Amino acid sequence: MPGLAGRMSTVVKAKISRMLDRAEDPGETLDYGYQKQVELLQNVKKGIADVVTSKKRLQMQTQKLEQQVVKLDTQARQALSQGREDLARMALERKTLAQTEMQSLDQQVKELEQQQEQLTANEQRLRQKIEQFRTKKEVIKAQYSAAEAQVRISEAANGVGEEMADLGLAMQRAEDKTETMRARASAVEELEKAGAFDDITALGSGQDDIDRQLSELTSGVQVDDELTKMKAELGSGGGDSPALGQGEEKA
Amino acid sequence: MIVRISGEGQFKLPDEDAERLNELDNRAVAAVEQGDETGFRELWSQMLEIVASDGNAVPDDELVESDVILPPRDIAFHEAKDEFNGDGLIPD
Repeated sequence: MPGLAGRMSTVVKAKISRMLDRAEDPGETLDYGYQKQVELLQNVKKGIADVVTSKKRLQMQTQKLEQQVVKLDTQARQALSQGREDLARMALERKTLAQTEMQSLDQQVKELEQQQEQLTANEQRLRQKIEQFRTKKEVIKAQYSAAEAQVRISEAANGVGEEMADLGLAMQRAEDKTETMRARASAVEELEKAGAFDDITALGSGQDDIDRQLSELTSGVQVDDELTKMKAELGSGGGDSPALGQGEEKA
Repeated sequence: MIVRISGEGQFKLPDEDAERLNELDNRAVAAVEQGDETGFRELWSQMLEIVASDGNAVPDDELVESDVILPPRDIAFHEAKDEFNGDGLIPD
């Protein structure tokens, strides 16, 4: 199969052969190469730990939001049974927002889980290859005088070099992804700090701005639907008796 | 021939597959050039399918170079623009 070579593999091969060409003592180069491989393995461990940390952070946020969803739902019911449709609507708007955030966090936790699995599998594979390289390197060093030693060196070095390059790429991708998720987690924290998921008992004065933004953010239709459902469940939405109180303007 | 799917490892495939892969690859390059994501996805999954059906995983303790390196399975279309261009994955 003359000329068959992937673009990426060409780059890796070129780098390795340049390194081997420059080497005055191939034995030393092999040792150095081995040392680099072991270093990379350490980095992979750190990379995996990073992914796990990001995942845990998102999971904690998901749990918090879950609690808020339950709380807000209860409050909406209470408000409605007391004829405070305005408060019920507010609680449901917050609940909708919290649910949306929860779903997207869930999705991201799943993605990070896959990333973690893949990196772990890659790490194990590289560990095996490095072990193989270590054995081969000793053999090659012992018989370097043989004419074919040079060929064997580049074979082994290219094989393990390719694995390393590929793992490097996988780590880069994982890093990019966790970076995005970190930004996402921070955004949710910001919303939290701004009180977007607070329950309605925590509402003081000066919350108008958040409320206005919330009604814009959350889907009015979904909130209306839920209100109707709740009314029916509470037996207060018979149709002929419109909701009590002042909060009657439609969103 | 040895094919690597980036992030997944290496697979041993019969040499005859090279031509099929090359042909799919050329079409994938064309699809990417035309911004045809659906077409690209279809061709890309066909390429992965060939590796899945004909390939045997190279053992972890074997040190071999790949003849072809395919990008990660979940490659995004914007990433594909960087990978699938010019001579394609298998230049002549």
